[in-house]
Amino acid sequence: SASARGSSKISAYTKKYYCNLSHSLIAVFSFLAHKHISFEYKDDVAVIRFNDPASKVNKQSLQLHEFADVLGDIWLYRSSKSVVLVSGKPGCFLCWSRYMLQSCTTSEEVASLCEEAQKLFRRIEQSRVPIVAAIHGSCLSRGLELATACHYRIATKSKETVLGTPEVMLGLLPGAGGTQRLPKMVGLLGAFDMLLSGKNITADEAKKMGLVDQLVDPLGPGLKSPEERTMEYLEEVAVGVANDLANKKIPLTREKKLWDAVTGLGPVRKIIYSTVTKRVQKQTKNLYPAPFQIIECVKTGIEHGSNAGYLAEAQSFGKLVMTSESKALIGLHNGRLLCKKNRFGPPEKEVKKLAILGAGLMGAGIAQVSVDKGLTSILKDTTEDAISKGYEKVYKSFDTKVKKKAMISFERDAIMSNLSIQTDYSGFESADMVIEAVFEDLNIKHKVLKEVEAVTPPHCIFATNTSALPVRDIAAASKRPEKVIGIHYFSPVDKMQLVEIVTTDKTSKDTLAAAVSVALKQGKIVVTVKDGPGFYTTRCMGCLLMESLRLLQEGVTATKSDFLATSFGFNVGPFAVTDEVGVDIGLHISEMLCKAFGSRYKGGSLEIVKTMLEKGLKGCKSGKGFFLYGKTKSVNPEVEEILKNHQVTAPSAISSEYDMQYRLLSRCINESLMCLQEGIIQSPLEGDIGAVFGYGFPPMHGGPFRFVDTFGAERLVSLMKRFEDVYGNQFTPCQLLLDHTKDPSKRFYQSSPSLLQY
Amino acid sequence: MASMLMNPIRSCSVSSSWAVRFGARSLSTTAQLQSQVQTKSKKTLARPGVKNIVLVEGVRTPFLLSGTTYADLMPHDLARAALQGLLKRTGIPKDAVDYIIYGTVVQEVKTSNVAREAALGAGFSDKIPAHTVTMACISSNQAMTSSVGLIAAGQCDAVVAGGVEFMSDVPIRHSRKMRKTMLSLNKAKTLGQRLSLIGSIRLAHLSPELPAVAEFSTAETMGHSADRLAAAFGVSRVEQDEFALRSHTLAKKAQDEGLLQDVISFKVPGRDIVSKDNGIRPSSMDQMAKLKPAFVKPHGTVTAANSSFLTDGASAVLVMSEEKALAMGYKPKAYLRDFVYVSQDPKDQLLLGPTYATPKVLERAGLSMSDIDVFEFHEAFAGQIMANLKAMDSDWFAQTYMGRKSKVGTPAMEKFNLWGGSLSLGHPFGATGCRLATAVANRLKKEGGQYGLIAACAAGGQGHAMVIEAYPQ
Repeated sequence: SASARGSSKISAYTKKYYCNLSHSLIAVFSFLAHKHISFEYKDDVAVIRFNDPASKVNKQSLQLHEFADVLGDIWLYRSSKSVVLVSGKPGCFLCWSRYMLQSCTTSEEVASLCEEAQKLFRRIEQSRVPIVAAIHGSCLSRGLELATACHYRIATKSKETVLGTPEVMLGLLPGAGGTQRLPKMVGLLGAFDMLLSGKNITADEAKKMGLVDQLVDPLGPGLKSPEERTMEYLEEVAVGVANDLANKKIPLTREKKLWDAVTGLGPVRKIIYSTVTKRVQKQTKNLYPAPFQIIECVKTGIEHGSNAGYLAEAQSFGKLVMTSESKALIGLHNGRLLCKKNRFGPPEKEVKKLAILGAGLMGAGIAQVSVDKGLTSILKDTTEDAISKGYEKVYKSFDTKVKKKAMISFERDAIMSNLSIQTDYSGFESADMVIEAVFEDLNIKHKVLKEVEAVTPPHCIFATNTSALPVRDIAAASKRPEKVIGIHYFSPVDKMQLVEIVTTDKTSKDTLAAAVSVALKQGKIVVTVKDGPGFYTTRCMGCLLMESLRLLQEGVTATKSDFLATSFGFNVGPFAVTDEVGVDIGLHISEMLCKAFGSRYKGGSLEIVKTMLEKGLKGCKSGKGFFLYGKTKSVNPEVEEILKNHQVTAPSAISSEYDMQYRLLSRCINESLMCLQEGIIQSPLEGDIGAVFGYGFPPMHGGPFRFVDTFGAERLVSLMKRFEDVYGNQFTPCQLLLDHTKDPSKRFYQSSPSLLQY
Repeated sequence: MASMLMNPIRSCSVSSSWAVRFGARSLSTTAQLQSQVQTKSKKTLARPGVKNIVLVEGVRTPFLLSGTTYADLMPHDLARAALQGLLKRTGIPKDAVDYIIYGTVVQEVKTSNVAREAALGAGFSDKIPAHTVTMACISSNQAMTSSVGLIAAGQCDAVVAGGVEFMSDVPIRHSRKMRKTMLSLNKAKTLGQRLSLIGSIRLAHLSPELPAVAEFSTAETMGHSADRLAAAFGVSRVEQDEFALRSHTLAKKAQDEGLLQDVISFKVPGRDIVSKDNGIRPSSMDQMAKLKPAFVKPHGTVTAANSSFLTDGASAVLVMSEEKALAMGYKPKAYLRDFVYVSQDPKDQLLLGPTYATPKVLERAGLSMSDIDVFEFHEAFAGQIMANLKAMDSDWFAQTYMGRKSKVGTPAMEKFNLWGGSLSLGHPFGATGCRLATAVANRLKKEGGQYGLIAACAAGGQGHAMVIEAYPQ
């Protein structure tokens, strides 16, 4: 152990100095054996390995204390000339997991936890013994903060190695010095970019930015597994560097980049603060507090010194943890991870060969997310022109990656070799799953289903990609209804993370397991829903559109009603969405849903939309819909003209901006709850994930169910009652919502989320 | 040329084989066969129904560092020199060869079928067809085995195989955009069209495209891959430097002792006669330790001193069916026996060809590692050789990546590349294979062994190995 070494050398001064430190920080833990880190000397270099035996990722909470313990010994007894920090776990340097937040009830408690970590990291920064961080795998959040506190960073060029500060995406900020150290390291602009976007940075980018000092190539097969040997190699290189740092062969001071020097000038800094603030205001519509706190902390540190900066950071972190926004975002994060797991087990026969019908935007998109996951895919359409365009779309998506150097041309070609385009059914005899993305018309769907079943093997699954047609109606034409399932992809397929997987009463469990495994392979977040008109997301989105149409009739412009939605946190307004999806499709779906749900689903008059279609206003694809799409987006005067025949007087009692907003919102929340009540969705969690990732429900509210928990069922019902008085059953709260009103302790989520997984 | 033409043309009308045997004279004419070591009594690898194919003779030009004495030549000049050397050494009639195959890697666009251009210039009959093959560093291995194939199939009786590489001048191209503009200029009809095309040229279009010794599929240079390979197998810098030093020391010794009989003298037009390889430079460990890593910086282990250098050179061998060789009165040097080609992942196993090829070819020939008397492995990088040796010595590697029950086993170092290797003699990519085969044949003769093995790695993650058997003395 460290204490055996050179204890006699220690001077009275250092003993006192460091004993104080160890008493304040680590005394409690020093009697524990090191469970989460291991420690050895390689000549003059102390190598500290993080390794949590119980978890896949390295959790920092316990490790930090043991780590402080070991470091304290090194400082105290001067037992090594330099230190290397490395993870003993492949794929993860050090990740943030639970912040021990569950035990904290006040922001002060959280802030003091932050201060403790800050203190340790500042000691590391000031250590007279140089410390090298050897990074392989994800180095996020606290891991990155620790790495940046070290004196030198070496990272592997592995694809798994990513660096970043994703806290902002959880409504938080890096609370252990991240906002203070990054500006010094990567410049003010670079730091804002990292802190405010929360994006993952690859090792190569990190090297360019100055976040990492040296890169190490991942190794291939050798005398050990590539992963194991790469870790060893990284450690060997790091030990070499640590020696060179101790012997002053490598200087500890860094050359400052000219650009960073310029952005560090007083007046330039001011401009940067205000520009960044404005941009954040525009992007977040002031709905998220974290980005502003981040800007403030960075600013405080630079303008008023580190001590003020660290204090501000700890306090802001404490405050942010307690915000509903953060809780909502963390809840979504956890939910998203759950929906990326296969809850239905592996299918009897793994799907290896896909066939996709329809090479349009959808079909090509599905092919695009499949071929690079090793799924052999046939893309079939009826004309040469269609398949050629489909192929081009898929090719382009990978070629763009090649041009951005995210992929080499060989990889692109190998991926494209998984795709076969054709106009006939050849090869379908060996397909494991057929996904159809043909036009949303029951007769056409029946026709292709019969054609497909005639050529595919009995085990082949028929997945229909429909956004509204009931799957059971499509399955009615099938000889093998147990093999029919709905997979509702969202457009654009490569960007939208969600899929809804729709089962009918006849769909077999194995078919579901296979569909889920394919969707997960395609990198999707999976929500499983029962068959019904509009399933879940389309149904909820639909009533948002119906209510928006009514606002239009009441004299609110399309721009304004979209603004009502976006200012609440929706990414895009209902009319912009309709234009994007296509006005014809919007009408088709709305008519079908109105027919299915009757008067309670109604809102504005669909005659408006019908007239629009007669005039050829089909949305983005025809260049005009509710809006005109020229150089700038503007309200379409033709729609204004049509509206003249459909004007309705706005009821003054419920036409304030607030009321209008809640008319939009309460309808889709009520519809969501109704879906849970009817068993369309299985859990509030899936409902929230589906709403946020499917139809853009404001993420900082965490989804309709969390919103009800936070906002209060009673409050929502009382609003709805007022609207019900004017419009009737469209605003009648569903039974589930009423149940929550009766019992105020009833919650969709029992506990507030903590960072259980990362 | 004139002197070559005046060589006595041998009569080919020998009819009975015993007469041939008596009349055969060793083509390795000079005094190198000082002490004939007794061949150990091992079985021959001849198989019923399989034609015996022999290597009659092999020669090569001196291998020179690129940019030295050969600098002003063209690739086919070097190939021609090797062919002429072979003609001179064997005295074979210029129309007695059925086919000529040459291997090359970096192609001079003007002589893309360099085999044909060289053959014409060497004075071979213009009735002999010739083609060029390319398979990276095993191009001339491919030329040889193609010859074996032609003879085995009964299509030819005598084939010249060879290889050439000329790194003093490589094709450097205009950028793609510039080329496109220039090609369009050819087709432009009016002055206006021409002017607008010229006007479209931007400064960036003028930057040329330089060839790199990089994998097309992975964009990684070979040296970089070799460094990663060495690291994966835990090969240290010292081990690499030691191996490189060994290669240079052995090459120097072989050169000094006159063992490199395959080298012919070459009068370079306008320059002196070249008769020695010029890259052999035994240094010291201290000197080598001073060099900085060349590819992986700053912590890599592959340096200029422990890598093979860019080389100009050409080689040629005469391959014949045994009957034909004997009928023509030759005493062949060796039999070319079983051979294999292998290929694996071009990223992480780019240079492991020998590890994969060796056990395969040994199994095919029914031999074990210890049966082999002479090893000649291509030394691309010292780190690559050491990595292959470690891979062959690892049960884990054999089980995990090769699907074998146990390790391949390593060649005995006292039989391994005893006359130097690519690190010291040089490595003209396309020409090395024939040098390896000839070296094995000559060493078998000199050392009295019976079986030899050549193995090499090549870009693209490919590899080759061939068993060569001494021709009975």
